Amino acid sequence: MIELEGLTKRFGGKVAVDNLSFQVRPGVVTGFLGPNGAGKSTTMRMMLDLDNPTSGTVRIDGKHYRDLPEPLKYIGALLDAKAMHGGRSAYNNLLCLAQSNRIPTSRVDEVLDLVGLTPVARQKSKGFSLGMGQRLGIAAALLGDPEILMFDEPVNGLDPEGILWIRNLMKGLAAEGRTIFVSSHLMSEMALTAEHLIVIGQGKLLADLSMADFIQQNSRSYVRMRSPQQERLKDVLHEAGIDAIDVPATGTLEINGVAAEQLGELAAQHQIVLHELSPQRASLEEAFMRMTADSVEYHAHAPGAGELPPGAAADNPARPADVPAWGAGFDATHKGGK
Amino acid sequence: MSSFPAVLNSEWTKIRTVASTTWTLVAALVVTVGISAGLCTLFNSTFTEMPKEQQLTFDPTLASFVGMSLGQLAMIIFGVLVVGTEYSTGMIRTSLAAVPRRGELFLGKLTVATVLALVVGLATSFLSFFLGQAILGEHSTGIDEPGVLRAVFGAGLYMALIALFSMGVAAMLRSSVLAICILIPFFLLISNILNGVSATRKVAQYLPDQAGSRIMQVVPGAMDSGETPYGPWGGLGIMVLWVLASVLGGYLVLKKRDA
Ligand SMILES: Nc1ncnc2c1ncn2[C@@H]1O[C@H](COP(=O)(O)OP(=O)(O)OP(=O)(O)O)[C@@H](O)[C@H]1O
Ligand SMILES: [Mg+2]
Repeated sequence: MIELEGLTKRFGGKVAVDNLSFQVRPGVVTGFLGPNGAGKSTTMRMMLDLDNPTSGTVRIDGKHYRDLPEPLKYIGALLDAKAMHGGRSAYNNLLCLAQSNRIPTSRVDEVLDLVGLTPVARQKSKGFSLGMGQRLGIAAALLGDPEILMFDEPVNGLDPEGILWIRNLMKGLAAEGRTIFVSSHLMSEMALTAEHLIVIGQGKLLADLSMADFIQQNSRSYVRMRSPQQERLKDVLHEAGIDAIDVPATGTLEINGVAAEQLGELAAQHQIVLHELSPQRASLEEAFMRMTADSVEYHAHAPGAGELPPGAAADNPARPADVPAWGAGFDATHKGGK
Repeated sequence: MSSFPAVLNSEWTKIRTVASTTWTLVAALVVTVGISAGLCTLFNSTFTEMPKEQQLTFDPTLASFVGMSLGQLAMIIFGVLVVGTEYSTGMIRTSLAAVPRRGELFLGKLTVATVLALVVGLATSFLSFFLGQAILGEHSTGIDEPGVLRAVFGAGLYMALIALFSMGVAAMLRSSVLAICILIPFFLLISNILNGVSATRKVAQYLPDQAGSRIMQVVPGAMDSGETPYGPWGGLGIMVLWVLASVLGGYLVLKKRDA
């Protein structure tokens, strides 16, 4: 359990973290979300006692980080993948960390194996690709077999395979009952891994809620139907007392609050041919952008870029083409509340 | 509390697994011994051509350490890199996450690096001395002559202290490049120029290298060194004060600043 109380960090006149109080509960993946410059990395650095808070405290299992006897055995953190000595081999970089916390040397080989770096263990880490560097950073975080793991934007700059690997790793670690605190500025990424969400903007806490609640509050789910007998379908739906929204742009109907199964059976009863019957979910990314819109510091001032990015307009029923793609992925992987 | 031996063990691994440790320490030894030997050869062959007073104040012990004025530069680079690369690589965050009590990390790192510098420094000074004396032949001195052992031992101490001083400076500046750009010109040129000009000598003789190198001298006033208001150990004491100030400064910066 990590507890933050009134955590504040000022850099000169700039408030990077503003009176943050929240808890990271054990045994779940907590997503730490915020746009660029929101203060995520600064908060994480203060959690590890690297930056001194201007005010407020962070406690880990009731203790200050610097009072943890051998901290790598409590918390493993990946803040910056490049935070290793490039002239040292991957093995030796991990070895000196292990020794400082009296972690058995055999564990170094174990974590190298776990992240798939065994073949390059004796190579200097400066030759590593971004993905290999990230894996080395994760190996360092896992070194002390800690109950709490903290990752700052672990998927940044990774290819799809690397992203999938980290996602599965985090899920696996959470399944073992570990506490995982992971930052991102991508809601879509969080939706796939996190059970709890903490959202900040300009250093302030904007939301602290379960992923399920966030989805319930922020996403509209509906069923999309398309039929060559569109007019008959509309009539049937109308007779059944179901509201259908006509979306001429795509030639589809959108139905709120009725399960796809029920709609399919209804169409079958009336022998209506369906070309599409698909459950849809409105983009969580859009909900996140709406939430943080006021606190986004660095807007793109390109012509046409307004307060909200295109496609984030509140209740536009015509979804951009890319939305269902991860919406569907989300459906498949989220555990549907807790 | 994580145990201090564990920190020492970790710092030892850090120091022995980077290439810069080997090349800086080997350079410190080779440059010192090599240049000293070369100059001893020169002294030996031109001894009779020296002015009379120089012949009288000829200090064979000090003569066998003249290469140290360049060899110490490699020691300075060693000291700077030990601390500075933690910052340039970003490793400092990883290190502090592992050992969050900053004094403990700093003390561990400085202890390991200084002991290593001392071992290499003593190897350098003894090697340089014996090789120099062998070359000087009839002008040489022996290790059992008064003050000689102290000078040879002191030369090794000097090497370790200059490295430690550099570690403190690098920790204050939090950058290898900056520290090297300040320390090398300072010890290579500025300190010597200030000490060479009689107007500034009164102050310059209190600089760490000028004061500290007094320990290597057996014959007072040898090699135009002039009179000093302190003896060999007094000079080394002044250097130790500089080193303490630098280490304290480095510690305070590490302690107070965000990593
Ligand atoms: N050492 C520093 N000195 C001055 N300002 C800083 C420092 N570190 C961070 N900041 C400022 O504090 C704010 C928060 O930065 P931080 O890196 O914590 O954001 P972030 O949420 O991690 O952003 P990103 O998603 O881009 O990584 C930014 O405005 C940044 O410019
Ligand atoms: Mg960041």
